[in-house]
Amino acid sequence: MSIKISETLTFECETGNYHTFCPISCVAWLYQKIEDSFFLVVGTKTCGYFLQNALGVMIFAEPRYAMAELEEGDISAQLNDYQELKRLCLQIKKDRNPSVIIWIGTCTTEIIKMDLEGMAPKLENEIEIPIIVARANGLDYAFTQGEDTVLAAMAHRCPEQEILINNARKEGDKSFSLLPIEGERKTKQFITGSENRIPLVLFGSLPSTVASQLSLELNRQSISVSGWLPAQRYTDLPILGNNVYVCGVNPFLSRTATTLMRRRKCKLIGAPFPIGPDGTRAWIENICSAFNIETRGLEKREQQVWESLENYLDLVRGKSVFFMGDNLLEISLARFLIRCGMIVYEIGIPYMDKRYQAAELKLLQTTCKKMCIPIPRIVEKPDNYNQIQRMRELQPDLAITGMAHANPLEARGINTKWSVEFTFAQIHGFTNAKDVLELVTRPLRRNNNLENLGWTDLVK
Amino acid sequence: MKLAYWMYAGPAHIGTLRVASSFKNVHAIMHAPLGDDYFNVMRSMLERERDFTPVTASIVDRHVLARGSQEKVVDNIFRKDKQERPNLIVLTPTCTSSILQEDLQNFVDRASTISNSDVILADVNHYRVNELQAADRTLEQIVRYYLDKARRQGTLQLSLTDKPSANIIGIFTLGFHNQHDCRELKRLLKDLGIAINQVIPEGGFVENLNQLPKAWFNLVPYREVGLMAAKYLEKEFGMSYISTTPMGVVDIANCIRQMEEQINKRFISLSNKKLNYEPYIDEQTRFISQAAWFSRSIDCQNLTGKKAVVFGDATHAASITKILACEMGIRVSCAGTYCKHDEEWFKEQVQNFCDEILVTDDHTEVGDMIARIEPSAIFGTQMERHIGKRLDIPRGVISSPVHIQNFTLGYRPFLGYEGTNQVADLVYNSFTLGMEDHLLEIFGGHDTKEVITKSLSTNSDLTWNSESQLELSKIPGFVRGKIKRNTEKFARQNGIVDITIETMYAAKEALNA
Repeated sequence: MSIKISETLTFECETGNYHTFCPISCVAWLYQKIEDSFFLVVGTKTCGYFLQNALGVMIFAEPRYAMAELEEGDISAQLNDYQELKRLCLQIKKDRNPSVIIWIGTCTTEIIKMDLEGMAPKLENEIEIPIIVARANGLDYAFTQGEDTVLAAMAHRCPEQEILINNARKEGDKSFSLLPIEGERKTKQFITGSENRIPLVLFGSLPSTVASQLSLELNRQSISVSGWLPAQRYTDLPILGNNVYVCGVNPFLSRTATTLMRRRKCKLIGAPFPIGPDGTRAWIENICSAFNIETRGLEKREQQVWESLENYLDLVRGKSVFFMGDNLLEISLARFLIRCGMIVYEIGIPYMDKRYQAAELKLLQTTCKKMCIPIPRIVEKPDNYNQIQRMRELQPDLAITGMAHANPLEARGINTKWSVEFTFAQIHGFTNAKDVLELVTRPLRRNNNLENLGWTDLVK
Repeated sequence: MKLAYWMYAGPAHIGTLRVASSFKNVHAIMHAPLGDDYFNVMRSMLERERDFTPVTASIVDRHVLARGSQEKVVDNIFRKDKQERPNLIVLTPTCTSSILQEDLQNFVDRASTISNSDVILADVNHYRVNELQAADRTLEQIVRYYLDKARRQGTLQLSLTDKPSANIIGIFTLGFHNQHDCRELKRLLKDLGIAINQVIPEGGFVENLNQLPKAWFNLVPYREVGLMAAKYLEKEFGMSYISTTPMGVVDIANCIRQMEEQINKRFISLSNKKLNYEPYIDEQTRFISQAAWFSRSIDCQNLTGKKAVVFGDATHAASITKILACEMGIRVSCAGTYCKHDEEWFKEQVQNFCDEILVTDDHTEVGDMIARIEPSAIFGTQMERHIGKRLDIPRGVISSPVHIQNFTLGYRPFLGYEGTNQVADLVYNSFTLGMEDHLLEIFGGHDTKEVITKSLSTNSDLTWNSESQLELSKIPGFVRGKIKRNTEKFARQNGIVDITIETMYAAKEALNA
């Protein structure tokens, strides 16, 4: 075989004419994750229509989010923003009584320069509910980056370590503490000392079962996780400070990582992301090495997971994949799929933070080398039109793409998997490696069933 | 600012995109931030479109905010012109671009000098019109553009077709059952000996729009989209239009009579032939469509005076209200629409057919109204379906907005004679389910408790005395089995061997508790 094996990563950048979800979609999973929150999206009918359609059935389940729909009077500043927002927030307080209201700034609030950050603290004092502002708009961000902006804003609200420790000490002389009781309990835990002296906080929103699976994996290496950003409840936000180590679980959290390092003085553990058994192992190893802990039985654990995947691997081995790119999970997924024996032609990705993803990129490189596969081209801000032309040439066995292109590609005989499903499915840790492959192989398995019918090409 | 969880009609640009992408070989370019191309997902998913949706975005990002779009929009138009060679490119503003107040018309003018495609700017104001109004406006704009162009080039075709013919205006993508309605209308016109001149926008070519005036008249089946274009054609070319929605036996007849009138008007001036559609209407009404017979049948008798609530777009809500009230004898407690811009027309249409009228686009108001009225059935949009679910009231979907299940693969028109059958089924099925539910309620509810035996009949150790057997036989067949099982389960749990009427009612009470 005359495949030229390139050993360096090359990054290309196209026009940015690609399809992805608007970052405000993060409210869909975050309002479910943070149980006592309320998300208020300050935007127009366009934003509302997107949420309503993207979230389908969820909208009817009395969600804890709503639109503050801007009208012509708001745009032309005939109405007073502050008074309007106050009216809506008081109504939300009355109807739902949340522990925190999160304002999601949109393109429109950016353009009319509505000073959400300025108004929030004032209104917060007035209505006595914390208000967090996250600018998750389509001018600056794509899809999952919405979560990044929310978590970055939330990082500022996490209790400070030093103060807490002082408070806890003072507790003996019955001084009054305003901080949530939950927080105090945790502080004590640090002081009395668990296995690791230095607290570890993980960031990234995961379903609670997945979060506890990952915590358990680390427990096995005698590392205890002292908190998650975000926690199940806003009132349980983790304690941060200059002694705290932090580590991300998702590749799209670069702003959060930056905020944690620069503003909260935490120490960031750079690691590949715990997607796939290879990623999970590398993630745990990097955390362990930060704590100077020798890993135990990790290699065997990874091996077992790979063995349990054998049936799926038979299906994917040697098949080719094309990532059109829309949710920033692409590098990690591609790395895992290459390790599974697949060939990746192209990794489209909306935005590539080479520093935050450094360890993941390195693992991608070594994985390619190990599997003797050329390093795929990484295309930032891809152009969907060009990508479809390339796909026509390459005829990949699977295209991982958004819903706008899935049906048309299927009609042209190219198997597709909706990329959005990777965002909503449980894909982290050893336990869920199977779920990733379940998703990836579904179109392949479905088409094995239909293969002999002779109607793969369904356009004129 | 308005606190909103849900909206009935989408933003303006969606209407424009729906019209543009319904035409063949027309491409729309949105001036929009990343993520606003959600329309493509809807079209690809709901309509299960096989082709790429001909909509792209000229992305508005930070750089555009800082420096303006400059060459970007023009470049994108030019590129699309090269790539796809469309006949027409529609530059579509969004809510974002309306606030930026860039001179999009200038971009369009510049782009049209360098591209082979025609280029127009959709003339819709985001903060004043909704999806449906914008669609109506865009369709008119495109028709006007091409007729003006044809007039300038001398390619306008004004001579009428030899045989009677019609344009169908307003069938378009993501419309509620539009594809099926279109097929049914074509069939109806064929039966009447009327040729179809053009159907727009769905499947139409813009370069054929110059032939629109060849038709004898225009048919606008839906109130929401097409009227503006029809009015324009009337004003410019003296083409009359028929805007009676052929939904329900009565209105189909009205619509056909109007067509007859239109055709005879021409015939008289041409020859002395005269058409009479009455025998056709009579035949269809009495024997082909089942709806007229159905409303006489005893099934429908049971529906007499039952309370219903209707809510939807103006066309569907008005037509369904009339069908329920006039054709089926159902009492419409409230008829409503979210088409606030068409309030007057709607009120005029339904005022004699319902107790009250509600015009609102706030779904909580609709929910409150339904909760207050407690109808036996709701006919509304997807939202009312969910309200009905919550309040445990049977419901049928009769109008957009809808989910994927309302883009059926099977043939389900709402218009024409086949449409009457479909509507009758929909109405009747909603109500029978309601009655079944009610009976189940009276006699102990669905089997939610543990199963005692796997077999359906439990002819075992228990004996039913003659009175209780008689009582059991009085219960309608479709719930009898359940009542029997519930009673026997209760008897077993309480060590009762002989089942009496008392046991039956004790069982019912126990299960209700």
